[in-house]
Amino acid sequence: MMKNKVRIQNAVTYGMVILFWAVIQIMDKTGHLSSLFKGLLVPLCMYAILAVSLNLTVGILGELSLGHAGFMCLGAFSGAFLTNCLETAVPSVGLRFFLALILGALVAGVFGLLIGIPVLRLKGDYLAIVTLAFGEIIKNLINVLYVGRDANGFHFSMKDTTSLGMDKETGVVLIKGAQGITGTPRAATFTIGILLLLLTLFIVLNLIHSRTGRAIMSIRDNRIAAESIGINITKYKLMAFSISAALAGMAGVLYAHSLSTLQASSNNFGYNKSILILVFVVLGGLGNMRGSIIAAMLLTALPELLRGLNDYRMLIYAIVLIVMTIFNSSPKAIELRSVVMSRLRGGAKKEVA
Amino acid sequence: MAADNKSVKMTGGAVKNGASSGQAAGTKDSGAVPTLEVKNLSISFGGLKAVDGFNVVIGKGQLYGLIGPNGAGKTTVFNLLTGVYKPDTGTILLDGKNITGKKTIEINQEGIARTFQNIRLFKELSVLDNVKVGLHNHHKYSTLEGILRLPSFYKVEKEMNERAMELLSVFDLDKECDYKASNLPYGKQRKLEIARALATDPKLLLLDEPAAGMNPNETAELMETIRFVREKFNMTILLIEHDMKLVAGICERLTVLNFGQVLTQGETSEVLNDRRVITAYLGE
Repeated sequence: MMKNKVRIQNAVTYGMVILFWAVIQIMDKTGHLSSLFKGLLVPLCMYAILAVSLNLTVGILGELSLGHAGFMCLGAFSGAFLTNCLETAVPSVGLRFFLALILGALVAGVFGLLIGIPVLRLKGDYLAIVTLAFGEIIKNLINVLYVGRDANGFHFSMKDTTSLGMDKETGVVLIKGAQGITGTPRAATFTIGILLLLLTLFIVLNLIHSRTGRAIMSIRDNRIAAESIGINITKYKLMAFSISAALAGMAGVLYAHSLSTLQASSNNFGYNKSILILVFVVLGGLGNMRGSIIAAMLLTALPELLRGLNDYRMLIYAIVLIVMTIFNSSPKAIELRSVVMSRLRGGAKKEVA
Repeated sequence: MAADNKSVKMTGGAVKNGASSGQAAGTKDSGAVPTLEVKNLSISFGGLKAVDGFNVVIGKGQLYGLIGPNGAGKTTVFNLLTGVYKPDTGTILLDGKNITGKKTIEINQEGIARTFQNIRLFKELSVLDNVKVGLHNHHKYSTLEGILRLPSFYKVEKEMNERAMELLSVFDLDKECDYKASNLPYGKQRKLEIARALATDPKLLLLDEPAAGMNPNETAELMETIRFVREKFNMTILLIEHDMKLVAGICERLTVLNFGQVLTQGETSEVLNDRRVITAYLGE
C-alpha cells in the first residue's frame, strides 16, 4: 500500500540521479560533452543538494528561510580552510576533502542550531527577513576575516594581513579577507557530486519517512495540534533547520573544492543565491525532493546551454520559469496532469507524490 | 454485558501495556482518587475574568459535560487544563498528581489529550500518519536509527502501523488509511481527531464541541462513537457541547458555566431542569 508507494517513489528519485550520472559518463567517454557543460557538472550537483536541503526547511518544516547561502558560505570556508590547513599533515587530497566535507557540514549545522534557537520563534515573513539578514551577516563577516598561521599557532584579525602580527619566516595567510581562500585543490568531481547528492537524498528522504519526519510535518500542518499530542515543537524545528543547514554546508564544501579561489562575494553567497535556491524549491514543488533536483539542474544548465542565443537567453529563462510555475501549481494544470498521468498508467494511479 | 465489557477492556488494556507503562486496569472503586480534580481555577485577560473559581471533580470512567452559553469560558477551561494558558490561581490534579502550570506537551505526556472546536488535523499527512504522530511518544526510535533504517526502525514502525490500524478500525477509518486527512468527509475528520488523541494513550479525553457542524444523523452516530470509546478504552471523558440532545443522551454529570463562573453542577437531568440554567441560555 502506502509504504510500497513511498518506496517506489524514492527508488525512482535515486534511479533518476544514477541514470543522469550514467548518461553523463557515457557522453563524456564518447566525447559528446562540451567543455562548457563539463564545467557545469559540479555546480549542477551542488545546486541540487542545496535545493533538496532547503526543501527540508521550506517544504517539510514549512518555514521560509532566505539564509541558505549563508550556511553554504560557512561550509565552503570552513571546508576550504581545513583542506589548506592540513596540507602538510595529510598529504592525500581525497582524505582532506573528505574531512573538509565533514567539518563543513558540522560547522554549518552547529550555526544552523545557534541561529535557529532565536530565529525559529518567528513565523512567516518575519522569519524570512531575519534569516536573510543572518545570511548576509555571515557572508560579510567572512569577507573581513583574516586568518594566518605561523610557528606560534593561529592568528585572527578583522582588519588586514599585517595586523595578524605573524612571524615573518613561518607565517602563512590562510584566509585573506575579501580575497578569500586561494589554492584549494580542485578535488570536486562530478562523481563525488553525485555521491553527495545521493547521500543528501538518502538522509532527507529517510528522515521524512520516519517518526521524526512525521513530527516535523505535523508541526508544519498544525502547530497547536502537534503540541497537544505531545510533539516537542522546538526540538523538531531546530532539528530540521540544522540538518538542512548542515547539508547546505556540505554543498558549500563541494563548491569550494571546485574553485581555485574562494571569495565570500555577493555573487557567490549573497541573498540572490538564497533566492535562486528558493526558486528551485518552489518550482520543483514544496516537499517534492525529486522536483527540486529537476528544477535545480534544469534552471542551472539552461542559461549556460542557451549561451548561443545570446540576447534571448534570459528571456527564454524567464518564460521557462513562468511555464514551470503554471505547470506546477495552477489547479487546471494539475488537473490536466493527473488526467494525462492516469491515462498513461491505465487509470491505475491517481496522484503523483 | 458485564463480561462482554470486561473482555473488551482486557484487550484494550493489553494493547496499552504493550505500548507504554500502562495504567492500572479499570478500577471503579468509590474511594479511588478522581481522574481529574480542579480547584478554584481562574484566569483573567486584561480586566476580564474569563474563568473565575472553576471547580470540578471527575471520577474514573465518567462521561462529564461542560456546558454554558457562548463566551462562558468553556474552551478557556480546556486551554487551561491542557496548558495553553497558565492559570492565575488554582490547582489541577490528574490522578492525584499536580499538573498545574506545566507545558502542553508535558500535560499530554501526563495523560490529557484533546480535540478542537475547529478541527485541527495534519491536513497534508495521510490518515494513518495522523494517528502515527499521536503514537510518537509511545513508540520510539532515534532520528539516526530512522535515517540509517536500522532494524529498530522496521520493528517500531511495524508496531506503530499495527497499533494505528487497530485504532483506525475502531473508528471505521481503516479503509481510508491512505487518504490525505483533508480529503476525509467532515464527520470522519472529527473521528480521526478523536483517534489521534486516543493514540497518545490518555487518562482523560477532552472533546471540544465534537458535534459542531454535524447533522442529526451524524450527531447520533457520534454519540454512539463516544459511548463506545468510553467502554472500549475505559476512558474518562470531559466534553463541551451545545447540542443538548447529545449532552442529555450521554453525559452523566454536568457543569454549567456562565460568565466564567460555575452556575451549577450535578446529575445531568437535574442540571438541565434547573431554572437558572434555562435562564442563562434563554434569558429572563
